[in-house]
Amino acid sequence: MDVLWFALAVLCWVLFLALEGFDFGVGMLAPVLGRDDHERGAAIRTVGPVWDGNEVWLVAAIGVTFAAFPAWYAALLSGLYLPMVLVLLALAARGVAIEFRGKVDTPAWRRRCEVTLAVSSFLTAGLFGAVVAVATTGLALDPAGAVVGTGLERSLAPLLSWPALAGAVLGVLAALVQGTTFLGLRTTGPVRVRAQRVAVAAAVAAAVGAAGVGVAVGGFAALFAGVIALLAVATAVAAGWRYEGAAFAAATLGVVGAVVAAFTAHVPVVLPSTLDPASSLTISGAAASPYALTVITVGAVLILPGVLAYQAFSYWVFRRRVASERIAA
Amino acid sequence: MTALELSRLQFAVVTVYHYLFVPLSISLSALTAGLQTVWWRTRDDRYSRATLLAGKLLTATFAVGVVTGLVQEFQFGLSWSAFAQYYGDVFGPTLAIEGMLAFFLEATFLGLWWFGRDRLRPGLHLATIWVVAIGTLVSAYVILAANAFMQHPVGAATDPATGRAVLGSFGALLTNPVVVASFPHTIAGAFMSGGALLMAIGMWRRRDDAEQAPTWRVLARVGAWTTLVGGTAVSLTGDALGKVMTAVQPMKMAAAEALYETTGHAPFSLVAIQLPGMAQPWSLDVPWLLSFLATGDPTATVQGIDDLQRRYELQFGPGDYTPWIPVAYWTFRLMIGLGVLATGIAAYVLWRTRRGREFTPTWFADRWLLRFLWVLPVLPTAAATFGWLFTETARQPWLVFGLFRTHDGVSPTLTPIELTASLAGFALVYGVLAVVWVRLVLHVSRREPAPLHPTSGTEQEPEPVLEMSY
Repeated sequence: MDVLWFALAVLCWVLFLALEGFDFGVGMLAPVLGRDDHERGAAIRTVGPVWDGNEVWLVAAIGVTFAAFPAWYAALLSGLYLPMVLVLLALAARGVAIEFRGKVDTPAWRRRCEVTLAVSSFLTAGLFGAVVAVATTGLALDPAGAVVGTGLERSLAPLLSWPALAGAVLGVLAALVQGTTFLGLRTTGPVRVRAQRVAVAAAVAAAVGAAGVGVAVGGFAALFAGVIALLAVATAVAAGWRYEGAAFAAATLGVVGAVVAAFTAHVPVVLPSTLDPASSLTISGAAASPYALTVITVGAVLILPGVLAYQAFSYWVFRRRVASERIAA
Repeated sequence: MTALELSRLQFAVVTVYHYLFVPLSISLSALTAGLQTVWWRTRDDRYSRATLLAGKLLTATFAVGVVTGLVQEFQFGLSWSAFAQYYGDVFGPTLAIEGMLAFFLEATFLGLWWFGRDRLRPGLHLATIWVVAIGTLVSAYVILAANAFMQHPVGAATDPATGRAVLGSFGALLTNPVVVASFPHTIAGAFMSGGALLMAIGMWRRRDDAEQAPTWRVLARVGAWTTLVGGTAVSLTGDALGKVMTAVQPMKMAAAEALYETTGHAPFSLVAIQLPGMAQPWSLDVPWLLSFLATGDPTATVQGIDDLQRRYELQFGPGDYTPWIPVAYWTFRLMIGLGVLATGIAAYVLWRTRRGREFTPTWFADRWLLRFLWVLPVLPTAAATFGWLFTETARQPWLVFGLFRTHDGVSPTLTPIELTASLAGFALVYGVLAVVWVRLVLHVSRREPAPLHPTSGTEQEPEPVLEMSY
C-alpha cells in the first residue's frame, strides 16, 4: 500500500515535470524564437489553453505527497525553505504573465509580460532541476526528520552545491529540448524552423549533460543516465530529420526517465540524510496512516482516469498548429 | 519579531491575499455561466457582450487565484512543518482530493472555454463554463472542510504513540457541522463580491458609453440582484453558522461580543467606546440580541470569557485561552456592517433602475453613489476578509481547537532572517500583482464590451485548414 502510494506520488511528479517542462521551455523560448508580436503570440498560444491544467499536476503531486508522506513533505519544504519560496514566486509571475499578456492591446505591455514569462520560466526550470537534484542527494536530516542548521545558510547552502548546479543546468536544458520540440510540433512558418534548429543543439547539449552525470555517479545509475543520454541523441536526430512528433516524444520520454530515476534512486529511502543514513526518511517511515492512504487511493482511482481523459480531450480540441498570422498579437 | 510571529504574519498575509481573489473566481465563474446561458437561450446581444466581459474579469482573477493558491498548498510544509507532520493525515487527503477532483476541472475547462470559443459547438462551449463553476464550488467545499477541522476537529484522533492526528472517517470530515454551516455562508459572501464588482462596473460605464448602455445596464442589474440575494443569504447562513460556532467554540462568540461575564438575556452592542478615565465602556446595545444570535433563544445564557478561561484551564491545564478581544470584537462588527451596507446599496440601485428606468443622478444619494462607485466591490471583499480574520484569530491559541496549539506547529528550524526574506518576496510580488490586476480590471471595463462570438461583419477571414500537429 505504501509502495503503491509512493508510485502514485512519483507518477504525479513525473506528469507535472514532463508536462510543465515544455511549458517552461516555451516560456523561455517564445521571446527568443518569435521575431515579432504575432510570432511570439503564436508561440505562447501553443500552451495558452493547457498550461494551467499542466500546472495543477503540481497541486496533485504536492497534495499526494502531503497526504501519503507527511514527513517527506514537511522535511523537503521546510528544509529547502527559500528555494521553494523562490519557486512559488517565479511560478506566480509566470502564470500571471501568460494569462495577462493578451488582455491589454499594447506592444509595451506584451513585451513586459513576455520578458517576465521568459525570466520566470528560466528560474522555475532551473530551480526545479536543482531541487530534484538536492532531494536525490539528500538533506542534513536529524533523527526526528527535521533539517539541521539555522539561518540563510541552511536554506541556501544545498542550492550552491555541485549536484544542485548540475541539476539546474539539466533542468533548463530539458525544458529547452521539450520546448523547442513542442514548438516544432505545434507552430508553422519561421517559428517552427527556428525551433527545430535550436532543438538539435539543445538536445546534443542535454545528451552531453546526461552522460556527464552518468560518469559522475557511476554504478547502476550510470546505466540509467546513459539511456537518457541516448534518448537525447534520438531527439536531436529526429529533430534534425524533421520527425517532429518523434522528437517531442523522445524528449518527453527522456524527462520522464530522468524524474523517475531521481525519485527512485534510493528506494526504499525517499529522502536521504547526509548526516547519518539511519536518519533517512523511508517509504514506510514517512507514510500516513492506512486509512488516509485508502481515502486517497479510492479518490485517485475514481478521479484520475477522468482527469486524464478530459485533459487529453483538451489537447485534442487544440490539436491544430498555431499559425502566427492568425494570432492577433 | 520571533520566527513564530513572522510565520503567523506570513501565513495571514498570503492567505488573506489569496482570499481577495477566491470569492471573485467562485462568483464570476457562475455569473459568466449564467449570463452565457441566458444568451444561449435568447441570443440576446446584450448577454453575449456581458458574458465576455465577465469572462475576461474571471480569467484575470482566476490566474491570480491560481498562483497565490499554489502558495497555500506549500505553506504548511514551508513554515508549519511540525503542523504538517501532525496534520498530514487530515489535510493531505483533503488537498489531494481537492486538486484531483476540482482544481483540474477548473483549470482545464477554463482553458477550453476561453480558447475554445471558435472551436467548440455553442452548447458544448456553454457546458465548459458550467464545469468551471461547479469545480470552484467543489474546491471551496473541500478546503472549507479542512478549515472546519481546525475549528472543530471531527473524524480524526491524535495517536498517542506518534503524537500525530490519524484520520478515522473522511465522511465525518466532510460532514463536519462547521463546514455544513460555513460553506453556504462563504459561497453567499462570494456572490456578493462578484455581484458588487459587476454592479459597480455597470453603473460606472452606462453613464459614458451610450452606445452599449443596454449591456452595462444588464451588468449593473445582474450584479445588484446578485449582491442583494447574496447579502440576504449571507445573513441567514451567518446566523446558522453563529449558532454552530457557539456550540463548538463558545469562546469565539464571547470574544465577538467582548462578553466577560456569563450573562442571560445577553445584549449585542453595535459599537462600544472606551475613553481614558471611563470605568465602563459606553456601548449602544440591542437587548437580548446576543443570546438570540448565539442560541436562537433571546433569554438564553451566554458563556462569558472569564468562565470559559477557567473551564479551559481545568480542561487543558494552565495557560491563556483567551483570544485577542479587540480584534475579535471589531472584525465581527466590520464584517456584518460592511456586508449590510453593500446589500443596502444593491437594493437602492435596483430600486433606482427599476422597470427600465434610466439612472439619472437627481438626489444627493445618487451623486454620492456615482462618486464612490469604486468602493462597492471593496465592501463585500473587506467584509469577507474581516470575517476570516475573526474566525482565525478568535480560534487562538489553538491551531486545531482543543488539540494542537499554534506555537507547536511552526517549522522548528526556521529563523527570522529566512522568514523576513520570504515575507519581503511575497510582499513585493503580491504587491505588483495587485496593482497589475486592478489596472487590468479597469482596462477591461473601459473598453467597449465585445460579443462572445465575433459577428460576421468583423470576422477575420475563414480559418485556413491547418495541419494537425499530432
